[in-house]
Amino acid sequence: MAEIIVVTSGKGGVGKTTTSASLATGLAQAGKKVAVIDFDVGLRNLDLIMGCERRVVYDFVNVINGEASLKQALIKDKRLENLYVLAASQTRDKDALTQEGVEKVLEDLAADGFDYIVCDSPAGIEKGAHLAMYLADHAVVVVNPEVSSVRDSDRILGLLSSKTRRAERGDDAVRQHLLLTRYNPVRVAAGEMLSVTDVEEILGIPVVGVIPESEQVLAASNAGVPVILNAEAHAGHAYIDAVARLLGEERAMRFLDAPKKGLLKRMFGG
Amino acid sequence: MGILDFLRAKPQHSANIARERLRIIVAQERSTRGGPDYLPLLRSELLEVICKYVHVESDAVQINVESDHGQELLELSVTLPDPTEAKAHSGT
Repeated sequence: MAEIIVVTSGKGGVGKTTTSASLATGLAQAGKKVAVIDFDVGLRNLDLIMGCERRVVYDFVNVINGEASLKQALIKDKRLENLYVLAASQTRDKDALTQEGVEKVLEDLAADGFDYIVCDSPAGIEKGAHLAMYLADHAVVVVNPEVSSVRDSDRILGLLSSKTRRAERGDDAVRQHLLLTRYNPVRVAAGEMLSVTDVEEILGIPVVGVIPESEQVLAASNAGVPVILNAEAHAGHAYIDAVARLLGEERAMRFLDAPKKGLLKRMFGG
Repeated sequence: MGILDFLRAKPQHSANIARERLRIIVAQERSTRGGPDYLPLLRSELLEVICKYVHVESDAVQINVESDHGQELLELSVTLPDPTEAKAHSGT
């Protein structure tokens, strides 16, 4: 049985695609067979973050419309044996995705032996976002420690508990996990940024990972290499931890404390 | 805290403000979630009417819809201001 994970947020620009790419890569590193699908029709970007943009021939909509087989459209990752990317269509409009079509593709992937299907949701609460979450078993809600992102995440949590197949059928609820990105421990310590505990308390769901704000994230997307593969980056380690927690392992949170200041800095601030 | 910090204006901790604002708005939005679309409007109109008579805070009116044994129950709660404070307020 394939586990379906939706990576969603409501608000744009919080790190959904970065997270989808790193979680999918991490799950593949853990030996799982993984497909990561871009649901943002018209604004394809997952291919860039995964570094396979020049190898896109067929896309998600082509498969739904029967213009290409899944096998033709799945792009095999060059770094990991069991990781595949399904790109969003760049030219069609959003109505090109249909519920039946999405369901069929996910069923076919499951039948093909995939262990995990990671659905990278578009921003907003329109059709693309609905379809990305509809079949999910798990939801990773990406949130920045910032008011508008937290509020939008709460809106998404409401949709997850009412507009998914699990909710409609009355099955067990979609397992919800929070993933904080752009976390800056220095600013949290200074009282300028919401803390992990604040966000966790306001939204009332458990945190699966906290990714520190880091220039390595931009460097990773510049290079088209998911940041989880950067063994030097704290952000990469934080994603590795998040993947382990998704797989059921218990791990303490890291990178939550501000680095100790030196004597000069303590005296003169900064 | 550096020894030169006293030279700077003491900043108010904005994270605390953010947390309190979010607590209120998230609780309010959750209470009307899944209910009929007119609830937020009903809430704000009720608040307007109440404000004509009593000075209450904007989050004083809470509306909740619950269904119990097939019956829909509209629960309305209004927090009135502390009478001693209200007196001080009307005195000004």
